[in-house]
Amino acid sequence: MNLTADHFASPADAVTLERLRQRLERAAEAESLLDVAYTTVDSPLGPLLLAATPRGLVRVAYDIEDHDRVLDALAQRLSPRVLRAPQRLDAAARELEEYFGGRRRGFDLPLDLSLSTGFRQLVQRHLPEIGYGQTRSYGQVAQLVGNPKAARAVGTACATNPLPVVVPCHRVLPADGTPGRYVGGTPAKVALLTLERPEREGAPA
Amino acid sequence: MKQPFEKVVATHADTVLRVCRVLLGAHDAEDAWSETFLAALRAYPDLPDTANTEAWLVTIAHRKAIDVLRARKRLPAPVERIPEAPTALGVPGGNDADLWEAVTALPEKQRQAVAYHYVAGLPYAEIARILGGSTDAARRAAADGIRNLRKSYRGAATEGAPS
Repeated sequence: MNLTADHFASPADAVTLERLRQRLERAAEAESLLDVAYTTVDSPLGPLLLAATPRGLVRVAYDIEDHDRVLDALAQRLSPRVLRAPQRLDAAARELEEYFGGRRRGFDLPLDLSLSTGFRQLVQRHLPEIGYGQTRSYGQVAQLVGNPKAARAVGTACATNPLPVVVPCHRVLPADGTPGRYVGGTPAKVALLTLERPEREGAPA
Repeated sequence: MKQPFEKVVATHADTVLRVCRVLLGAHDAEDAWSETFLAALRAYPDLPDTANTEAWLVTIAHRKAIDVLRARKRLPAPVERIPEAPTALGVPGGNDADLWEAVTALPEKQRQAVAYHYVAGLPYAEIARILGGSTDAARRAAADGIRNLRKSYRGAATEGAPS
């Protein structure tokens, strides 16, 4: 079958396919079919996956979380209508870049916390009250949300924060003074706390 | 488990575009591709997890291509004899204008059967479901299509080793 095997097998060129993919991305947004838009941005802590629903930013994921697995989970939990569509993430990408550059101390983005429920979501809603450069213990956060005995549950809420960096779970530490565990790995947590330290010395401009 | 739609696009974009090109030619193929994937995105949450995603996409492309052909027929013909335009078919990805010209000359059923079997790689039972009719009829249409292509396509005469 020379005719078929040789002649129908040549793939379309990558430029054409990318142009069609972008056309699909625009059409999907226009028809309100873009349930989850995502993109990947570079950061000092490695590539970050950003995902947003029409309601707001829904997920920030570190490389060590495995972006493919995170996207699979979003398809399961939210909607399989998941497309790479950087435009919806433009504001989030810009604010993160400013934050990592030391030019931004808080995020002004619509958030979609629907990946969390109950107490975990309650904690995540309160975390932005811990200001830039400050830290709290798990027990203090438990008090903040009106449930002083729930320090362990606060730990779980921080560990399952779907929006690390933007929802600052890195500002919550164990009472023993160690940095504690972090979804992006302990070195990432230390790097964020160092970035936010007000007396940063000799930090590159 | 249903994968993110982005992966469906990444996996099948190329095959669906080549199917659309065989059905419609390069120019209309891009519109059909876009309509196909937008319709697929809309219906994707309801697609059973066990479904053959490629066959599902080709089925949608089949319907969209028919829509495009119908719309073409509704357009008033500006001249009595429509000039042949093989280059419109052969340009992007088709470095072989002769082949595309030969494909254009096929009857619609043969053209569809060739696209679904030789480009998309679907089994004849699946193609019969898309075209209506029996599995044997689908096999015959594809075989007739290939035979006609061999007859009319110049390159095949020199290269066509017996299979």
